[in-house]
Amino acid sequence: MTNTTTEATPPAQASDGPGATADRRPHFAELPGLMSLMTGDEKHGPAATSTLDALWVLYDRVLRVSPETVTDPERDRFLLSKGHGPMAYYAVLAAKGFFPVDRLPGFGSYDSPLGHHPDRLLVPGAEIGSGSLGHGLPLAVGTALGLRALGRTGPAVWVLIGDAELDEGSNHEALAYAGAAGLDRLHTVVIDNSSATHGWHGGIASRFEAAGWSAATVDGRDHEALYAAFGAPHPGRPHAVVARVEPKNA
Amino acid sequence: MDTMRERFASVTSRLLDEDPRLAVVLADIGVDGFAAAARRHPDRVVNVGIREQLLIGVGGGLALTGLRPIVHTFASFLVERPFEQVKLDFGHQGVGGVLVSAGASYDWPSGGFTHMAPGDVALLDTLDDWTVHVPGHPDEAEALLRHAAAAGDDRVYVRLSVQTNGAPRAVDGARFLRLREGRGGVVVAVGPLLDNVLAATEGTDVTVLYATTVRPFDGEALRAATGAADTSDVVIVEPYLAGTSTRSANDALADRPHRVLGLGVGRRELRRYGQLDEHLAAHGLDPRGLRERIAGFLTAPARA
Repeated sequence: MTNTTTEATPPAQASDGPGATADRRPHFAELPGLMSLMTGDEKHGPAATSTLDALWVLYDRVLRVSPETVTDPERDRFLLSKGHGPMAYYAVLAAKGFFPVDRLPGFGSYDSPLGHHPDRLLVPGAEIGSGSLGHGLPLAVGTALGLRALGRTGPAVWVLIGDAELDEGSNHEALAYAGAAGLDRLHTVVIDNSSATHGWHGGIASRFEAAGWSAATVDGRDHEALYAAFGAPHPGRPHAVVARVEPKNA
Repeated sequence: MDTMRERFASVTSRLLDEDPRLAVVLADIGVDGFAAAARRHPDRVVNVGIREQLLIGVGGGLALTGLRPIVHTFASFLVERPFEQVKLDFGHQGVGGVLVSAGASYDWPSGGFTHMAPGDVALLDTLDDWTVHVPGHPDEAEALLRHAAAAGDDRVYVRLSVQTNGAPRAVDGARFLRLREGRGGVVVAVGPLLDNVLAATEGTDVTVLYATTVRPFDGEALRAATGAADTSDVVIVEPYLAGTSTRSANDALADRPHRVLGLGVGRRELRRYGQLDEHLAAHGLDPRGLRERIAGFLTAPARA
């Protein structure tokens, strides 16, 4: 497992500016420093770091959304369904300038917009509020249907779930329907840190493939592998990327 | 006369032609009524199959893109089964839509308790900011559905039933109508129970208010009616769980001594099939049962 970004620059310091400017935005190597600014949700620490690489590759290289386009109807939508342990998500959004880095230390406090589960009405750039598992994929299906009905064929819809979150039956309602409906603008990233209590005999990707999705399983810490899987063509089908990371309880 | 559900399908199909912002989401229930609309608007009539969590989630997702979803199935599968989706995928996401139910409390008694939803309005009462329409006639259903479709980003629940009154009233999607004036008390009849309430109070000196929009509750109309009567004795007759609106009435009358009797569907599971009239009688919502309980309450001397 290797990270493709190796700059060892120090973490960005808190500032009272409007957000990191483009040429001074933090790089991947600085994300752990940003995450360390958030304390109080150590219970979900493993959940937070499991998503870090996938989130970074998405926001750095895949998603066509920026602080300037968060209300643009043509933006790509990213729905964080696995709202537990959102520190990596907040760190990436701050690094990309969606809100100032100095919001991070207030994480979880009464006056902070950054809760232990994200709220779309409070967090700039968050497409959904999440925390209760199993809501993001159905919402993403509806979002993909809505964009299609509006004739907006450009935006891609991405949703990130966890392998344990996949236990929730609502996901299976959504993935069966999305495959049958051929929602080819829909993409699901499953972060697999082997945390599902009863596992997924036969593999996670097979669930999606059986429902008519395109699916790939990659090393969830390998940025080039993630990028390649995210960009794989999938004409006429929704696409799932299973990103395997170290087991939560290893 | 068509049923409320048939009217829902025909009116909503026309609304889809007129308003490009509307989309219908179904879960295998009511699909036939939208077959023609689905051919005209294949991207705005969606049937997700027998998947009610997805039904509501898709509604929320459509709303996130700016569309106004109209989501339909039986009340038990629309509100009760995916209740957390209603709470989070609409309310918590801060988006709106229209939920239209069929089946009501016991529209299909021979179907048994699995298809009865007397608790739907009480459940929605645990959430913030849902408008609730309970039409009592297909014409009223049409008026209230049109109102709901045009209500911006409001969250609206429309409760359709096969039980209807003989004649429609001119409902406006907000206010109670005062149909009778009296001085011995105020009876609020909700939706399809109006005819039974009118029959039960025939010849008695009571005010009858007719409510087809119960949330928000028209407390102003209730205050005005009790102010005009000699007492602040109020009976609310609802076609869903008894007492559902008692709190709303109490809040409306908090500034004056008052009594409220909440009549409606009992909590106890009857474990009976049969016909609608038999269930109305079993819950005391037929004219005879209503007459006894309304008269008993309004003539009972208030305790000092």
